[in-house]
Amino acid sequence: MPMALFWFLAAVSLISALGVVLQRNPVHCLLALIVTLLTIAVLFIGEDAIVVGFLQAIVYGGAIMVLFLFVIWLLNLGAEVGPTGHLALKFFGTIAVAAMAAELMGFVLPPHLQVKFAGHAAGYGSIDSLAQKLFSEYLVAFEVTSLLLLIAVVGAVALARRASASELAERAAAIAAQRAR
Amino acid sequence: MIELIAGAVEAVLMILVGLHLAIFLLYFERKGSALIQDRVGANRASFTGLGRRLGMPNLGIINTLIADPIKLFTKEDFVPEGADHFLHALAPFIALFPVLITFVVIPFGDTITLGGRTFGLQATNLNAGALYLLATIGIGVYGVALGGWASNNRWALLGGIRATAQMISYEIAMGLAIIAIIMTYGSLDLQEMVRMQGGVWFGWLPRWGIFVQPLAFILLLTAGIAESKRVPFDLPEGEAELILGYMIEYSGGKQAAFMLTDLAEQALIAMLLVTFFFGGWQVPWLYRDGFHLPGGAVIALGALVVSIAGIVAFLIKVVIVCLFMGLIRWTLPRFRYDQLMKLGWKILVPLGLANILITAFIVVVAGGAH
Amino acid sequence: MPPLTYLMALSAAIFAIGVLGFLTRRNILVMFMSVELMLNAVNLAFISLGSRLGTMDGQVIVFFVMTVAAAEAAVGLAIIISVFRGRETVHADDLTMLRW
Repeated sequence: MPMALFWFLAAVSLISALGVVLQRNPVHCLLALIVTLLTIAVLFIGEDAIVVGFLQAIVYGGAIMVLFLFVIWLLNLGAEVGPTGHLALKFFGTIAVAAMAAELMGFVLPPHLQVKFAGHAAGYGSIDSLAQKLFSEYLVAFEVTSLLLLIAVVGAVALARRASASELAERAAAIAAQRAR
Repeated sequence: MIELIAGAVEAVLMILVGLHLAIFLLYFERKGSALIQDRVGANRASFTGLGRRLGMPNLGIINTLIADPIKLFTKEDFVPEGADHFLHALAPFIALFPVLITFVVIPFGDTITLGGRTFGLQATNLNAGALYLLATIGIGVYGVALGGWASNNRWALLGGIRATAQMISYEIAMGLAIIAIIMTYGSLDLQEMVRMQGGVWFGWLPRWGIFVQPLAFILLLTAGIAESKRVPFDLPEGEAELILGYMIEYSGGKQAAFMLTDLAEQALIAMLLVTFFFGGWQVPWLYRDGFHLPGGAVIALGALVVSIAGIVAFLIKVVIVCLFMGLIRWTLPRFRYDQLMKLGWKILVPLGLANILITAFIVVVAGGAH
Repeated sequence: MPPLTYLMALSAAIFAIGVLGFLTRRNILVMFMSVELMLNAVNLAFISLGSRLGTMDGQVIVFFVMTVAAAEAAVGLAIIISVFRGRETVHADDLTMLRW
């Protein structure tokens, strides 16, 4: 990846990440987050992690963010109006985060993190090598992840559905029984 | 360096071809539908009247290809009151951009040798081309969603929600069909897939994908038409109910962009069907040195003729598939929302999964691709 | 190829911005988006380190992080929807029913 492209992508991702946390309208925050995710996906592809980069675009940018958008619609969220207060929290929070960022940079920037990079093997980042690792070393994690997704789907549906009429009647009866005691 | 320039030229050419196909589909909407519905269609506008005096039928080209675009692009572009200006302006272009950039990974020829240099006829050779397809089709959802939301109009919002739900549901069916195709050819690269569709079985049947994966063809056709929101899946632009669905509050160039997205995506789906199932640029019985006909006759042809024959064959196949999709459009009535969701989730997804299972079984038993 | 330091610095910066968003914004959905930012910063760190060390383990871990993030987003948003049904607000300061 040429360095000019890296600087451009880094600038875009930082600006849109700032846009996520600083904007008032949640839909604008979401758009900024999508830009950040797609920029990071391009950075992945630049690091020869081709399949994972496209998966990031497909899964994060194409599915999870659409889910966020649907929830914003469902809750009919508008832009936040007026001053939002919490000045003390914002002030001290910013200072704390700046301190944390400085510490992280202090860990990352010194030259002991330079790794001798000799170029990648031929099939690095291809779907073959990813599948090799997934289905041999990480097989248990793979199977558990499929179970996790099933649980997440069932849980999300159970949490977000409206109670049926019989369930509401049950709940009302239980509350009345409690009050009578 | 020259590879970069060649790639850029091919990319621009493919996008232009896609746009021209979209315009052709627009023309087909007026005159082709008239042909199917046994009426005349647009036939009034003419510059000099010479054709009518000579007794020639008016083909409606000036109507559809000159007058309509001029009207669309010169209309006043307004933003409704209370709408989010930024999102309103951004939505048509988020809708159009992913469709256009997908045209560059579709191979339209084998290789061509000009001036001693050999160029591959695919604008970018991504060896994960199929994943790139899925990614860009996923991004295309946002244009419609934001267009509906940003219009501050409840019918536009309703159309936008319906469109988003429809698109993400049929993306899954499309993804499952593409997975089965990837398993059959053993590669994510589109040019590889088309190359593997050369050759013949039993001496005469070309090795096209549709003979290997008929179910995936039906799945991809249905899911593709649903993704591009064409009839019978044009519930988002309800026309009798929602007037134009998510496009109500758009006029002028932005509405042209939305319309173009629909048509260009239909052209894209046609190109995908041709690439995966109809052999892409492969002409039956044509190899790199000429025709090897089933009777045993061999007609030798130059390399340049073979390359150009491949390109022409690709275009002809794409136009035929586009016309077939137009035929479907003018025959079937629109799906209701619950019928659409039931088709997407309860019929196409299980069929797609069953297809993957059967394909996996056959691939393992037969020992490798094909 | 950009030096590893720059990629890790970018990852640290995006992570810090995510923490900032989580601490300062009180709208639950924006807090959730900041969590996604933090996850993506960590993904970038995994991929770049895995790439420089020449191993595929980084990419496999990112694969799992992505899947878990998808599951967590689904369940988290379902929780937000049911909270909204009861309390009609997504402002974190109004969700204080469990506070003593």
